[in-house]
Amino acid sequence: MSTREVVITGIGATTPLGGDMESTWRGVLAGASGTTVLEEEWAAELPVRLAAPAAVEPASVLPPARLRSLDRNQQFALIAAREAWSDAGGPEVEPERLGAVFSSGIGGLITVLEQYDILNSRGARRVSPFTVPMIMPNGAVAAVALELNARAGAHAPVSACASGSEAIADGLEMIRAGRADVVLCGGSEAVIHALPLAAFAAMRALSARHEDPKGASRPFDKQRDGFVLGEGAAALVLETREHAEARGARIYAVLAGAGMASDAHHIAAPDPEGVGAGTAMAAAMKDAGLAPNDVGHLNAHATSTPTGDIAEAIAMRRAFGAHTDAISVTATKSCTGHLLGAAGALEAAITCLTLRDHKVPAIRNLDDPDDDVGLDLVRVTTRDLPAGRAALSNSFGFGGHDVALAFTEA
Amino acid sequence: MSDQDILTALGEIVQEATGIPADRVVPAASFTNDLDIDSLSMVEIATMAEDRFNVSIPDSELSKLKTVGDVVDFLAKAGVAA
Repeated sequence: MSTREVVITGIGATTPLGGDMESTWRGVLAGASGTTVLEEEWAAELPVRLAAPAAVEPASVLPPARLRSLDRNQQFALIAAREAWSDAGGPEVEPERLGAVFSSGIGGLITVLEQYDILNSRGARRVSPFTVPMIMPNGAVAAVALELNARAGAHAPVSACASGSEAIADGLEMIRAGRADVVLCGGSEAVIHALPLAAFAAMRALSARHEDPKGASRPFDKQRDGFVLGEGAAALVLETREHAEARGARIYAVLAGAGMASDAHHIAAPDPEGVGAGTAMAAAMKDAGLAPNDVGHLNAHATSTPTGDIAEAIAMRRAFGAHTDAISVTATKSCTGHLLGAAGALEAAITCLTLRDHKVPAIRNLDDPDDDVGLDLVRVTTRDLPAGRAALSNSFGFGGHDVALAFTEA
Repeated sequence: MSDQDILTALGEIVQEATGIPADRVVPAASFTNDLDIDSLSMVEIATMAEDRFNVSIPDSELSKLKTVGDVVDFLAKAGVAA
């Protein structure tokens, strides 16, 4: 283990449950759902019209001229990053010691589609000169690093729905390696549009519970039938404990370790044996210096797909053995929907607040737990988390990416 | 269209594209040095001006337009109408 202990000193988010982190956290604790039926004309013919749009439109936060030159995923990233930075007290740090690692799973797809329409309808000279910086997968981190004047490095690891967690894992390594003292990390996503909805529906990955939209995302429940596409961003300020304490910063939690693996099993389906996912969780514990029985809580990736949730439960048993049954498991996508490349960052933020408040959110819509899951699932009401327990947050992505983050109390 | 009308319309375009208040868009202002407008925003302003004034601004001309006054002169010479 490195001697450079890394702590979380700032959190920001804009999500289907709220325009900032505290409103999002209150929504998760209350078991709110961000899912709605899309009533827009463009969605009318889609096989799936369920989604979890951001609660607050970026247009109500950012000035029009900024909106023109930033893809929606960059807008969300900027809003979450600003909140996290301000929440951390605006740390004074040399630009050369400040890094940014911010990911999106898909990037500026809506801009691609809009500009392609302009190309076809109005010609090449009417394509926006901002198109390239808006569609590039590193667009979010570029906007964030520019905003914060971060010069230690700006990185955008891309691993589909594990991207946000991978960004945090990379930020941890950046600090441990001595490349930075403070790193703004996070993930953002904004692809609620006909093409991605049609494409995920074509994979049969989405819930089609139109008659009961608030019941649509139901991880680990017998009636689960797929995920709900969400949008938004979350950001965390990572900092060495030394740097944070020297400036008297409030510390949410310790980012004690990270573990990563890859399935090499299938391009989109999870490994039913959960080998890579289990390896990632075990690696996160080892990296954090934790034994399985130190872990009291886990925020599952659990997107509410029939195969994915089971595979995660099997992977947990690989990593934790007999201690698996003593871990309070939540799955907050039941409330937020699946924010793809932002999901890992949002769930990491939620895990930090779970440790801060010693309160595990209940899994919404878990009316009838799947007998094959066999975990201690927190349902109906929040559960108190005993002090001194460590927590893990899992993220897995299409392509077989497995990331687990380990947090301990401040 | 008078030079003043052109200037007023150009101010609106610059404000929409960049957020810079239209009252700062004065003839002597340099796009780069005074208004801090980058090359990408300059392309967007030119495109918006082409649409607004129904005129063509070739890239070879755009690179010569350094100040707000340069653009007003260019558009006036092109005989633009509102």
